Amino acid sequence: MSGESQRLPVSTDQDVVRVRQLVRTLSVAVKLSLVDQTKLVTAASELARNTLVYGGGGEVVVARVQNERRAGIRIVFADQGPGIADLELALTDGYTTGGGLGLGLSGARRLVDEFEIDTEPGKGTTITVTKWCR
Amino acid sequence: MERVPVLKIGDILLVSIQIDMEDQVALQLQEDLAERIVATGCHGVIIDISALDIVDSFVGRTLATIASVSRVLDAETVVVGMRPAVAITLVELGLSLPGIRTALNVELGIEMLARARQESNPDLDDDEDEADAAAVSTP
Repeated sequence: MSGESQRLPVSTDQDVVRVRQLVRTLSVAVKLSLVDQTKLVTAASELARNTLVYGGGGEVVVARVQNERRAGIRIVFADQGPGIADLELALTDGYTTGGGLGLGLSGARRLVDEFEIDTEPGKGTTITVTKWCR
Repeated sequence: MERVPVLKIGDILLVSIQIDMEDQVALQLQEDLAERIVATGCHGVIIDISALDIVDSFVGRTLATIASVSRVLDAETVVVGMRPAVAITLVELGLSLPGIRTALNVELGIEMLARARQESNPDLDDDEDEADAAAVSTP
């Protein structure tokens, strides 16, 4: 892993917009294709909103990453909220506890190349996603 | 908080979303549009999203709600100008926007509304022509 990383707090609607803008800027910088930029920014928007609405706020770290072959963007969404009791259920399309469409978590997972989730009831949730250049 | 302007052009309300909307701004637009539909009696709403580089599930749901509320208020909504990358992402996200009419641009959206209006009121167009003719022939 190499390259710069940037950290943003997520505690208001406006912060979710800032996360989208930062992810967009870095996606352009590593030359993700237009469709991949759009997918990653959309996934970031869903997950940052989850951090705000379900996690009670938290922070997002966006970093440029590099492996032997490709460059990419890795984003970590962390909150100290209630955590997710039933992960399998939370990742099901259409399941929601918040009155949304229930597509945020499951949909965001489809839009990225790598998706990891670390959660424990009472201890918060950390989600890490990565999108690689083709 | 920023606000998205709603323009009235003839029988149509036109909204062109030019900013990266906070969730509250999207909800405000939903309220503003409902009020303007009632205040103006417009039968069509066009929402131009050609400037949006993403549509996430929140904005998608807001567009669907606007379309449903408009319909209850006797107005049809057409969403126009969606970018190809946005369409691909929306479908992959799992949001295919059922119940929302779409057109490629504002011009085609206006045509779509005119057709929809005529289909739901087949005599409307004839009546208008007669009224126009009468108005012209009146000295």
